[in-house]
Amino acid sequence: METIKIMGTDDTPTVILDAENDIFEISGRSLPEDVTAFYDPILNWLDEYASSPNAKTAFNFKLVYFNTASSKLLLDILMKLEQMHEDGKDVVVKWFYPEDDEDMQEAGEEYADIVDVPFEQIGYTLN
Amino acid sequence: MDKKNVRGFLEFVYDFYKSMKAHEITLVYEGEITHQITKAFTSLTESNMAKEEESNSVQKKVFHVMVECLQNISKHADSFGSDDFLFAGRGIFMVSKGEDDYHVTTGNVIENSKIDELSRILDNINQLDKEGLKQLYKTQMREGRLSEKGGAGLGFIDIARKTGRKLEYHFLPIDEETHFFILTSTISRNG
Repeated sequence: METIKIMGTDDTPTVILDAENDIFEISGRSLPEDVTAFYDPILNWLDEYASSPNAKTAFNFKLVYFNTASSKLLLDILMKLEQMHEDGKDVVVKWFYPEDDEDMQEAGEEYADIVDVPFEQIGYTLN
Repeated sequence: MDKKNVRGFLEFVYDFYKSMKAHEITLVYEGEITHQITKAFTSLTESNMAKEEESNSVQKKVFHVMVECLQNISKHADSFGSDDFLFAGRGIFMVSKGEDDYHVTTGNVIENSKIDELSRILDNINQLDKEGLKQLYKTQMREGRLSEKGGAGLGFIDIARKTGRKLEYHFLPIDEETHFFILTSTISRNG
């Protein structure tokens, strides 16, 4: 399956979706000019991946900022992962947040409340 | 400009300068709000705040509020009248910094027919407490559809949550069809 590798900019996140090497990650900042255009390929990729996923899928979110329009699309991604979980696949979401960023931690907690999928919160220190 | 007009203009410039100083305005813009403008203003304000060693949490809050305010204008400011594009996606945007607070203020033209709906949304947000806002955000994220322009109806809720204050807004009449909508958000500099 094709790999998605998008290098982050000051308004779009870094995205790596690499089934072969077991890397599923969105990191950085997200306030794209056109959120739908940015996230559509990612959602489509997940649809395709969900039909024959790896034995285990650990999806990392390591965002430092996202705007409200992006928050909706991030939920769409999480709902796809939730669907995989419901279909009996081994899926875990890893939500990384800077240790001093309560809002980002809370955002993770809120997503964990909304979607029914194994969800790990991991604080890290920014250097 | 003839001599008299030049003098009048110069006086206006000086008054404008004094007035900006008096209101502690650090950034003011009138015009179309594009994505480029949003990026430029947020990065300008970010570097100013970093220079002044504002705390991370204040910097983040100001950034959040600025982005949502700017996007509100770019997505919702009306082009009233059938062929009048002058006001679409346009508005005034201001950042001011006082001793204790940052203020982010936006103003844009809105059709009268939309005032009731907008007031209803804002008043609903204003009567909720922290927990209520959280629930509303979650509901809206789950059930709200992304509009054609990419709005998800989440911006105002986010501003209320990030500032921890009521949304302060006013409608000033322009003419029979439109009002000027002003929203001021306050972010405390003391965490």
